[in-house]
Amino acid sequence: MTVKGTNFVNLRTAGDPVELGRLYSEQGADELVFLDITASHEGRKTFADMVKRVAATLSIPFTVGGGINELSDVDRLLSAGADKVSINSAALRCPELINEIAAHFGSQVCVVAIDAKQSDEEWICYTHGGRRPTDRRLLDWAREVNDRGAGEILFTSMDHDGVKTGFANEALAQLADTLSIPVIASGGAGAKEHFRDAFTLGHADAALAASVFHFGEIGIAELKEYLHSEGIAVRRDI
Amino acid sequence: MKVAIVKYNAGNIYSVINALRRLGVEPILTDDPEELACADKVIFPGQGEASNAMRYLRAHNLDRVITQLRQPLLGICIGQQLLCRHSEEGNTDCLGIFDVDVVKFQPKEQGQKVPHMGWNTLEQLKSDIFKGFEGNEYAYFVHSYYVPLCSWAAATTDYIQPYASALHRDNFYATQFHPEKSGSVGERILKNFLEL
Repeated sequence: MTVKGTNFVNLRTAGDPVELGRLYSEQGADELVFLDITASHEGRKTFADMVKRVAATLSIPFTVGGGINELSDVDRLLSAGADKVSINSAALRCPELINEIAAHFGSQVCVVAIDAKQSDEEWICYTHGGRRPTDRRLLDWAREVNDRGAGEILFTSMDHDGVKTGFANEALAQLADTLSIPVIASGGAGAKEHFRDAFTLGHADAALAASVFHFGEIGIAELKEYLHSEGIAVRRDI
Repeated sequence: MKVAIVKYNAGNIYSVINALRRLGVEPILTDDPEELACADKVIFPGQGEASNAMRYLRAHNLDRVITQLRQPLLGICIGQQLLCRHSEEGNTDCLGIFDVDVVKFQPKEQGQKVPHMGWNTLEQLKSDIFKGFEGNEYAYFVHSYYVPLCSWAAATTDYIQPYASALHRDNFYATQFHPEKSGSVGERILKNFLEL
């Protein structure tokens, strides 16, 4: 039996990250993703310090992303207590970075986030937080990411993100069935059924959400009970 | 209590240190044979590649130091694999505490991804480090190689096929999963280990 029911929590928005991280961990989140939205050099130092304080309280896997451009950035975040790093724009700009992270720190450290949007039947990858389109198609890029040694893919459908009508299950299933690494579904969660569908229809290995947890619309324990009742293997002994 | 973490070239030990601190223990990180020998408990953590790790351990004489320890030792993840006889990863001889060979997962059907990454259950628990457990507790795994079922198995997990997800022999304990990342279940395992 493998666990399909991982719930990631993305600590992008409001609240004290240390407090939120501990709260989610206590409520039974299976993993935390913490994204930095600051850009300045000074911001980076503050961020690493924040990672350190969050990591000290967490007993579940902790992924950190944002502003990672080279190996020294990865090293700094791992030294602060992150278990994995998530890279996005930098990987598209310099795909070799995936190989380098995998070779230096192991594939399990390297999560590649892919933001994509559908246009004319095709899924196109975007960088810079979804602001800049690239000439990469989702499936081609995902395959390359897989082959270069990434440990996981965090796929966000920009069409679904924030809309709360469910994950992009068709595209998810295509990725999950094609790739040999786990695929995390992101973008679109608005109801408990959406998580179920990401696993049953989207074949996702895990599902991530932010706002429904931050704003208390769905409780993590309640979601897990629901997924369990729907026959999906989830960790409930928190 | 003096808890030593074996310092070598495998991996991210910060989450192990954080987990021990949450249990009120300030571990020391060392590759000094005397420091390791006089610790009350030794933790042999790891992420990384087996043959590189073994080369490093031999070059620093840590292979002998580790196998001669008499206090409780806990190998984690690749730490468990290195305590076995041989690993298919880099085709290397290992420390030989557990007379069993580490092999790579071979997917048998679609959807069986390697590495085995995520939460999975522990069954057939048979060691003091699982004191108070009922079976079916979830732990966090990240690995591509595994220890087949064997007489040293202290827990089993089913991924592609059942395998040994924890081992125990004399003062040597080992887990394939990461107790330091396995929530309250992992904390209980570490606590049980510290109380041995």
